[in-house]
Amino acid sequence: MAEQVITGWRKWMLGIGEQCVFFGRFFQNIFAGGFEWSEFVRQCYEIGYRSLMLVGITSFIMGFVLILQLRPSLVALGAASMLPKTLAVSFIREMGPVITAIICAGKIASSIGAELGSMKVTEQIDAMEVSGANPIQYLVVTRIIATSLMVPLLSIIGDVIGLLGGFLALNINDKISFTLYFQKCMGSLDFSDFLPAVIKTVFFGFAIGFVGCYKGYHSDKGTESVGIAANSAVVTASLWIFVIDAIAVQVTSLLFYK
Amino acid sequence: MASKKENIETKEKPSKPKGEVVIHAKGIKKSFGEKEVLKNITFDLKRGENMVVLGKSGQGKSVTIQCVVGLLKPDEGELQVFGEEVAGMSDEELKQLRIKIGFLFQSGALYDSMTVRENLEFPLTRVLKLKDQAEIDKKVEEVLDNVGLLDAIDKLPSDLSGGMRKRVGLARTLIVNPEIMLYDEPTTGLDPITSREISELILHMQQKYKTSSIIITHDLECARITADRIVVMNDGEYIAEGSWKELQKSDNELVRSFFNETT
Repeated sequence: MAEQVITGWRKWMLGIGEQCVFFGRFFQNIFAGGFEWSEFVRQCYEIGYRSLMLVGITSFIMGFVLILQLRPSLVALGAASMLPKTLAVSFIREMGPVITAIICAGKIASSIGAELGSMKVTEQIDAMEVSGANPIQYLVVTRIIATSLMVPLLSIIGDVIGLLGGFLALNINDKISFTLYFQKCMGSLDFSDFLPAVIKTVFFGFAIGFVGCYKGYHSDKGTESVGIAANSAVVTASLWIFVIDAIAVQVTSLLFYK
Repeated sequence: MASKKENIETKEKPSKPKGEVVIHAKGIKKSFGEKEVLKNITFDLKRGENMVVLGKSGQGKSVTIQCVVGLLKPDEGELQVFGEEVAGMSDEELKQLRIKIGFLFQSGALYDSMTVRENLEFPLTRVLKLKDQAEIDKKVEEVLDNVGLLDAIDKLPSDLSGGMRKRVGLARTLIVNPEIMLYDEPTTGLDPITSREISELILHMQQKYKTSSIIITHDLECARITADRIVVMNDGEYIAEGSWKELQKSDNELVRSFFNETT
């Protein structure tokens, strides 16, 4: 029993060490020259455009549902006019970025983990390496940078769509014009609501890309490993999103809401 | 079959092996956990020579060539390629070495998101850094023509048969003109006719591109067609070495049992 615990911890520590080395290789290759622009553009399309529908639908539903859930409480307090403001602040600061990131962790981290895992199992990564090409440059750098850019972009689009969902839900019971609704939403937000939210989505995107690439690149041989890599990528990336979110809230509070 | 090999030799092999050692391995040991996979591997590969490593599956044959390209590091022993110790090489030196070595994987290891053309362009643009598209196209078409698959240039790997994938894999490694070719079970999973075609192609390409080769296999027909020299591996060690005819008469019972299958 004790031996198993020690072995587990040792394995965990080795994993941390491996991730540090992998991060070092990624970082080194960003500045190594020969950036794979065509692969980067392809990844941006795969990661960004192909996730847009899913993020859009989810954000719309979340905005819609949030208004319906908030309305009874705020009406009871006589603060129904606060609905747009409440939705805007909660969605821009927290709900939008986190929901987008979780959706992306499920869709993108798993797909990167499975793709690279399958390339590992079928020796495609080894083939790239022994040919003298640079698999980190081609497979890892492009994907991590693409997720770091696309997740914030998806999050911003998701925010707008979420607010649209809220507008529709609000109009079920109340009448509010589109212009007035967005004036109320935007009027309640300032720089300190947008900037930290966007910055944290860059970290969410980085975590999603990094975890997906690491899990896929270091998967074991055998078809079972592909499933394990994909599954493990989703779980780990989701966990990292919440950890980063918790840290981001603390840092934002210290910097903006003293 | 033997007469075909003789025909190729007299017709296309213009020069004899020069005798220069391109790979020198001495006392190589490699373990994975408790299991000692390579116990004491010693061999020299000479320029222009085809050396076949024959043995049952799971004996560590592939581990040897993975050590040669630096995918794995031996625990002990000397392993020199072109006179340079592989273990002491920096990443850049290893990259330069790998450009001179072609490695054909058991599965072909084609990049499955790319067409055959893109698979072949990949080493030209990323490794040789070629920019001229006309030159790239010419090289791609020439090497595909050599392996008899020019028609498949725009197909995806998923549209190819096992034999075709190995041919494309071979074309992809040969396109950068390597000096050494390492073949990992090139005929595994193929029917006897396709296996023979691949074996003949290996021999033909070796003569055309003047490569030195290590061919890892358990296919006796492949060994018979391609080998200048055969080493037999068992339980992490080389137990016999010689030509096809010499090994057929070996005193070692295990070696004889291998060869008796086809005699």
